[in-house]
Amino acid sequence: MRLFLAALTSCLALPAAAEVPVLTVLTYDSFISEWGPGPAVEKAFEETCGCDLRFVSGGDGAALLARLQLEGAASEADVVLGLDTGLTAAAAATGLFAPHGQPAATALPVAYDDPLFLPYDWGWFAFVFDKSKLPAPPKSFAELAASDLKIVIQDPRSSTPGLGLLLWVKAAHGDAAAEVWKGLADNIVTVTPGWSEAYGLFLEGEADMVLSYTTSPAYHRIAEQDDSKDWAPFDEGHYLQVELTGILAASDQPDLAKAFLAFTQAPEFQSALPATNWMYPATDIPLPEGFETARPEKSLLLSAEEARAARDPALAEWQAALAQ
Amino acid sequence: MASGARAVGAAAVLLVAVPLGAVAFRAGGLSLSPADWAALRFTLWQAVLSSALSVGLAIPVARALARRRFPGRGALITLMGAPFLLPVIVAVMGLLALFGRGGAINAALAALGLPGISIYGLQGVLIAHVFLNLPLATRMILQGWQAIPAERFRLAESLSFTPGQTFRHLERPMLAEVLPGAAATVFALCLTSFAVALILGGGPRATTLELAIYQAVRFEFDLSHAAGLALVQVLVGGAAALAAWAAARRAGFGAGLDRAIALTPPGGWRRLADGAALVLAAGFLLAPMAAVVLRGLPGLPDLPAQVWPALARSVAVALASVVLTMTAALVLALGSARRGQRWLDLAAALPLATSGLVLGTGLFLLVQPFLPPARLALPVTVLVNALLALPFAYRLLAPEARALQADYARLAESLGLRGMARLRLLVLPRLARPLGFGAGLTAALSMGDLGVIALFAGESQATLPLVIQRLSGAYRMDEAAAASLLLVAVSLGLFWILDRRGRHAAA
Repeated sequence: MRLFLAALTSCLALPAAAEVPVLTVLTYDSFISEWGPGPAVEKAFEETCGCDLRFVSGGDGAALLARLQLEGAASEADVVLGLDTGLTAAAAATGLFAPHGQPAATALPVAYDDPLFLPYDWGWFAFVFDKSKLPAPPKSFAELAASDLKIVIQDPRSSTPGLGLLLWVKAAHGDAAAEVWKGLADNIVTVTPGWSEAYGLFLEGEADMVLSYTTSPAYHRIAEQDDSKDWAPFDEGHYLQVELTGILAASDQPDLAKAFLAFTQAPEFQSALPATNWMYPATDIPLPEGFETARPEKSLLLSAEEARAARDPALAEWQAALAQ
Repeated sequence: MASGARAVGAAAVLLVAVPLGAVAFRAGGLSLSPADWAALRFTLWQAVLSSALSVGLAIPVARALARRRFPGRGALITLMGAPFLLPVIVAVMGLLALFGRGGAINAALAALGLPGISIYGLQGVLIAHVFLNLPLATRMILQGWQAIPAERFRLAESLSFTPGQTFRHLERPMLAEVLPGAAATVFALCLTSFAVALILGGGPRATTLELAIYQAVRFEFDLSHAAGLALVQVLVGGAAALAAWAAARRAGFGAGLDRAIALTPPGGWRRLADGAALVLAAGFLLAPMAAVVLRGLPGLPDLPAQVWPALARSVAVALASVVLTMTAALVLALGSARRGQRWLDLAAALPLATSGLVLGTGLFLLVQPFLPPARLALPVTVLVNALLALPFAYRLLAPEARALQADYARLAESLGLRGMARLRLLVLPRLARPLGFGAGLTAALSMGDLGVIALFAGESQATLPLVIQRLSGAYRMDEAAAASLLLVAVSLGLFWILDRRGRHAAA
């Protein structure tokens, strides 16, 4: 009955929706769930835009670009939200994106200004551990490799954090990256398809450390009042993940799309992010209490072209080191 | 009925082939790379081992269940089927609670001062595949045992057959008919294994074809590569189905009188062996299930509101899939039994080896020019779930439909029993047991499937597996565990109701 009613209301709503312009935003699953930023963002934007903001989910972050390529210019999406810096060169090469015309985001630890992609949040990759079980965490990849600590990582072929770790090792160690991976091979308990499986394994005690973000301990502190988790600062510096929005060139609502991208930098949007998406906001707004205890001293980020050029050789090194 | 069977068989083949063709057409061809051979070798090796172990271990368990009567036997049969119905990631977490680095077995070994065991590697993939598929293999073989008319056992008893002679004359022919199909089914399931191999395989050594497809579609957007890999997978699965068909021998027991006859099961060491088989299998299958229940319980009160409409949607999708799958499987099985058109066997087995991702991508490409895909999310999910469950339902129905044809067709013809009356009076009562089991299996598989919905769903059509994925993607592991428990409980409930209806109607 409930399904029937839902179907009925959605049919009835169609003629009404035709009068109000619709802005369709393609994003990843966790953004639009009731505990993600989606609902608050939708409400705030619809109050001012005189439009209907609709989210379409394209799976997880790694799947968004493939989804866009699948749909091509016929996509009903006007805006895509959730692209990752590891994939921007490939995204730009599709020719599906139009310039956003917004000023660069202000609160990133490195300069980032791209005509096609606008950051809305970001974070540092880091190995997260339990303070009570691991009093002295390693301070570099070399120390980690020399220890007998067990870690879980994500597969760079199916997840953006996995790809981030690959680029992290490459950015920090360049030609020595293959040696680093050989050293790490016996520390890696297993490689998971995505972030959630790895983090779940870590929480169940299957590993001492997990590849995640420096902001992961904040989730436990703020949402669960649990201060047992921390991240390990590495001497090499920490690789950045910047999450981006872009406007599709084929959009039939280009003005509305630009207004939405401007809105992603507004306090109403930005303030929804830290405690729902658990990433740093892209503009200077106050952070929630307990969100941050320390920052890495050094940030690493390959340019879009460098990341694209590094990916395939780095992947081959990674596979060779772990296949032994 | 025969033309209906041809139409359904053709539809199944088209549903496998057209989306694959759409992907290949969009890409402008098929391609494979040298690294794919390593993936193919690993995929085949683990699938062969998993299938041999699952079926080999299922024989003593099924025999013990078939010839022993004890309190709680029915409940045990239902519960032992549960692992097959688990979403893979939930099953893996349950296994880790037992075999993982922080699991119960390693804790016990450490307490005894013994070195620990590691589940990560080929052994982990095999343990997980046996855990997931032993229940299915057991049920398929148990059905075979129950399909031997009780009069044959009574005759054997009155002729003072030794257990060895009973085996040679009754059980071995039955196994020769049932085992190839069971082995091919488990083989094809393990062929498309993705999350198990990736999580427990321990790294890129354990790359399966399905993972290579996932990579090709999602990260490289190399659709020609994805289509090439998917074709290899379908061909290997199809070859396994053909091999099973060639290997299966008809047992030809003839019809019985359906009398419930109390037989004296063999005593002595055989009694002990049956008991040991049951205790070991139940422990192996139920301990991780208990871990899933314990992990999920604390989060139950905090389940977010989105869970309930998602649950309703999942149940609706499951029931729609049941109607579609069982109708198609019945038409196919009856048609194939009557006309002996063996290509129908192959048509019904093909979806088993299909890559869910390529199927979803192909349907997406086919739908997108006409309609926003989100509007078709639930109908497409029903269609795909029904298609993916068809091989199981058919595998269960086909042998009994053949027996029905062999044993009752002449009588029915001579009585002029045709059409709906034949269906109502003969077919449905005789096939009630596999129909109920197949319906329960379809419902539970459809409940747990994440496959295509993730590709199609918009804001408002999430099913329960998708909500679980969204929860665990947002640090909410406790709530995800609770929602998984809810999913398992409802899946098992649906399975139990449908399976029980079938068994009661048959009795």
